[in-house]
Amino acid sequence: MKQRVLMKGNEAIAEAAIRAGCRFFFGYPITPQNELPEYMSRRLPEVGGTFVQAESEVSAINMVYGAAGAGARVMTSSSSPGISLKQEGISYMAGAQLPAVIVNIVRGGPGLGSIQPGQGDYFQSVKGGGHGDYRLVVLAPANLQEAVDLVTEAFDIADLYRNPVLILGDGLLGQMMEPVEFRQSTPRELPAKDWATTGLRNHNGHKNVINSLVLHAIDLEAHNIHLQEKYALIKVAEQKAELLHCDDAELVVVAYGSTARIVKTAIAQLRDQGHRVGLLRPISLWPFPEDAFAKVMPVAKNFLCVEMSAGQMVEDVKLVVNGARPVHFYGRMGGIVPTPNEIATQVLQIMGVK
Amino acid sequence: MVKVFDCPKSLTDMPTHYCPGCTHGIIHRLIAEVIDELGIADKTVGVAPVGCAVLAYNYFVCDMQEAAHGRAPAVATGIKRVVPDGVVFTYQGDGDLASIGCAEIVHAAARGELITTVFVNNGIYGMTGGQMAPTTLPGDKTSTSPYGRDTKKQGFPIRVSEMLATLDGPAYIARVSVHNVANIVKAKRAIKKAFEYQIAGKGFTLVEVLSTCPTNWGLTPKESLEKVQRDMMPYFPLGDYKDIEAGEKK
Repeated sequence: MKQRVLMKGNEAIAEAAIRAGCRFFFGYPITPQNELPEYMSRRLPEVGGTFVQAESEVSAINMVYGAAGAGARVMTSSSSPGISLKQEGISYMAGAQLPAVIVNIVRGGPGLGSIQPGQGDYFQSVKGGGHGDYRLVVLAPANLQEAVDLVTEAFDIADLYRNPVLILGDGLLGQMMEPVEFRQSTPRELPAKDWATTGLRNHNGHKNVINSLVLHAIDLEAHNIHLQEKYALIKVAEQKAELLHCDDAELVVVAYGSTARIVKTAIAQLRDQGHRVGLLRPISLWPFPEDAFAKVMPVAKNFLCVEMSAGQMVEDVKLVVNGARPVHFYGRMGGIVPTPNEIATQVLQIMGVK
Repeated sequence: MVKVFDCPKSLTDMPTHYCPGCTHGIIHRLIAEVIDELGIADKTVGVAPVGCAVLAYNYFVCDMQEAAHGRAPAVATGIKRVVPDGVVFTYQGDGDLASIGCAEIVHAAARGELITTVFVNNGIYGMTGGQMAPTTLPGDKTSTSPYGRDTKKQGFPIRVSEMLATLDGPAYIARVSVHNVANIVKAKRAIKKAFEYQIAGKGFTLVEVLSTCPTNWGLTPKESLEKVQRDMMPYFPLGDYKDIEAGEKK
């Protein structure tokens, strides 16, 4: 029998992590994600896990580095300004190929910004954020059931590819309540963590080193080539997107996360009025779901990208569409959440409907 | 014939990259000897810093992690929480620990994190070419204090051992030196005690080792050792600053 429980987003994400075997959490307070570390501080001791409130986000991510390097399933969470502080550690983890799950409950920026929801961290999440040539797998849930499912899967993806995975939520998802059911992810065959630093006793005297320093250029290039080959595999295997009403859609709205929920309401209204509008919702922001675009291209005449930002994902949409169709943009910033009516108005304008 | 000296098993049999006259090699050996004597090589995880000892992960025969600059205590915290029955140490210089990593070391100490930190203080950034460190002595010339450290403009050196000894988390804090044989013997004793306290779960442990940098000090190895005794030891007095088994400082 299905067991659904009503939970707040931040707490549901925390519980999903614990059910995925996460037993270590290192965090630091910042709104609007505080319920996540608070929940972890209460729940982890009940399951034999460890919660540490670090002295900073910088320390928290480096504790994650250490714990991941010792082979644990480990998580940290923060919100935009705190995620900026974690970028150093994230780059090191990508370089040292350490699996972990990082949650960003995005708020309005830049700088201290606001504590309302935002999507201004897209560039930071999918284009780097830290220094060097690296990629994070970035998963953006649009509802709490999807959030718990993606958190569960994120640990598997991280372990499979030895790479950090970022869950990109926002203040709306973190603070809202919805019924969720905790379920297993599709089983994947995961490699043994025979590289973990737990002492020579655990790997027949062979010495393990967790490291991102490669001093010789020829070796560092080889390391980078290995990383890029790994990212190429991820790009093929881990694209995720939802297509809604796209079979006959002349206009395809592209939106992720909370914004996509609002777009769905707008599309329902527009469909009732007989307009052929669909939604392409990227769930994996990196890898960007290029395959999904290929499916909608034959029918789509226009794309409209809607974000709670000045226009970030729209750049990737333009790259994929590659000039074949017009790509329009509508965004609200600074913690303003667009309404369905605003979006519907944009759609009708583009479709030339008065 | 009786063998009186041997290379420790926990030290890799390879030349180090350290400059002639630098005391990193001695300090590495002392740690390796302690690991050997305690028989803990198979459950020890070391954390290397950023600085001259950035390649320390090559030199110890135990599992190692390389940390970002100053973050070794945070990385060690993560490791120790996952491997509570392991022995975890960080090896850090003064720029790494007392400047960019000041928050990490203070809070690891305050938490009483069950790790051992070997803090190598030579009062200068060696790897990057001799810039002023938080522990550079007043008046000392470096590549970023070319007129000598002026305390009115560049502030004062930080006495890390004294500062951390004010906290309740540490079980053992000591400052030692390796400028002569007698002090090398004492330094090893301190490092061993720190590891033993960690293994016994007594609390955070740190051994500050006064060290040299002939290359960036512009001195010969011999002059460098003399400088440790003449200039550094008056500003950074040796001794146990905290030993929960023996009470407060001497």
